[in-house]
Amino acid sequence: MVPFAGYSMPLSYGDVGQVASHNHVRTDAGLFDVGHMVQSNFRGPTATQFLEWLTPSSLSSLKPYSSTLSVILNEKGGIIDDTIVTKHAEDAFYVVTNAGRRDRDLAWFTEKLEQWNSTEHAKNGPVEMEVLENWGLIALQGPRAASYLQALTSFDLQKLTFGTSAFVPLEGFNLHVARGGYTGEDGFEISIPPSETVEVAKILSKYPVQLTGLGARDSLRLEAGMCLYGNDLDEDTTPVEAGLSWVIGKERKESGEFIGAEGVREHLKNGPPRRRVGFIIEGAPARQGAKIFSGTEQIGTITSGIPSPTLNKNIAMGYVRNGFHKKGTELEVEVRNRRRQAVVTSMPFVKPNYWRG
Amino acid sequence: MSRSGLPHLIFFAFVRWFYPGSFLITSSWFRSSHMQSILRRTLAPSNPLLRCQVNVTPRAFRPFGLRTIVTKKYTVEHECVSFDDSTGLGVISITDHAQSSLGDVVFVELPQVGTVVAQHDQIGAVESVKAASDIYAPVSGQVEEINETLADQPGLLNKSPEEKGWLCKIKLSDPSELEKLMNKEEYEASYEH
Repeated sequence: MVPFAGYSMPLSYGDVGQVASHNHVRTDAGLFDVGHMVQSNFRGPTATQFLEWLTPSSLSSLKPYSSTLSVILNEKGGIIDDTIVTKHAEDAFYVVTNAGRRDRDLAWFTEKLEQWNSTEHAKNGPVEMEVLENWGLIALQGPRAASYLQALTSFDLQKLTFGTSAFVPLEGFNLHVARGGYTGEDGFEISIPPSETVEVAKILSKYPVQLTGLGARDSLRLEAGMCLYGNDLDEDTTPVEAGLSWVIGKERKESGEFIGAEGVREHLKNGPPRRRVGFIIEGAPARQGAKIFSGTEQIGTITSGIPSPTLNKNIAMGYVRNGFHKKGTELEVEVRNRRRQAVVTSMPFVKPNYWRG
Repeated sequence: MSRSGLPHLIFFAFVRWFYPGSFLITSSWFRSSHMQSILRRTLAPSNPLLRCQVNVTPRAFRPFGLRTIVTKKYTVEHECVSFDDSTGLGVISITDHAQSSLGDVVFVELPQVGTVVAQHDQIGAVESVKAASDIYAPVSGQVEEINETLADQPGLLNKSPEEKGWLCKIKLSDPSELEKLMNKEEYEASYEH
């Protein structure tokens, strides 16, 4: 057990090592307790417009019961947090944010809601935020996740494609199930009211599903090329630098009025000063903080790195100066005072296995 | 020394004093501070005074020329050294406790044969998926041999850390350094709560 964002959380369960646990999610299925993450509902007549002010995403064109990765930006266009936003209706959204950013996020939401609701935006009623305190959130991930879950519900999961969600009857419970996750595998994130969480978790953790800890969660997400806030994203990084320009809606790139738009547009127009890229590294794995060199000049820093259990290669992501970001660029990374070869590699490192119907 | 160097040294001295038993985790997979606290918590001795405990076990009497004595000693950094007094070689490994705290070892970096090392020098590193841990020389001397099989089978460190998963052999330049290391009981007491 380790302290994490104010919670005590397991790195691993029982005697299952991190590599075995990781592999089990890639070949079978694993269950992650991610109840530490912050789940919130935003409701109100102008909920769509409000969230389009807080994020650069095109939420008006998002279909109901669809989700998108997004970013909450500060005034400079730096990333306050990354988030999954699910639209239930024009006036109702379900938002999941990081536990480690809880205080910052909730204070920001509260401040911005007050601002919004004090203007004429709220003339037909305010936008309100409800934090789902103590709700459970569990992620069932892996190629066998769907068949496992299907055996417990009459809902046809074939119709629930990647990036969509639904209320699914499950052994007498009616739960919000979103297809997606943080592993690159097919899977589901299931939101559960506090009183039902333990029972649902028990139902979802039978053979072949294995309980999976934070350790494997990190190596799986890194193989999938996904960012970890605090490592790979921070408030001094714009989504353009982070390689997340795709979360910015097409029509919003030009004219969208969202917080941080100016900084984002500047990077879109002139190119960002640095970019997040993936690496394959020879020899020793490079970890967070390792310096990236081109010749004698440091041109970047590694933000996450592991020996990949799936590929048996050292993978990493980090930021390099713009111009050194092209796939195949040969650079060097310093680990324990020695240079190691690092080749810029496209991400994800492991091909995703999403259910797209 | 530069003016900025001094506070740095003081900081390191503090870290060494405050976490005498810690692996120096050079990095980690989530917040590095978190992982440092994890391994520090897992691996640091419960009683900081143990770090300076001197071996008080009397040296075994050795009938001259009859047989060799192998002495096994431990460090707060979770290395151990098996010293054979007939060859003057110490076999260096990490402890079973260290490997179980680290998890699946996937990569081991070893010193080059011939390297002259001083006690407490960093001589390599052990990497699991979750973290990298530096290995420090428990004794001074010259590296005579390294365990080449670890390049292909780093998992030996988990399966047999103190036997098949040995790291390197050091020709001791000052065997009396062993007396400052811990015996098995002292080592076990140093991390048990």
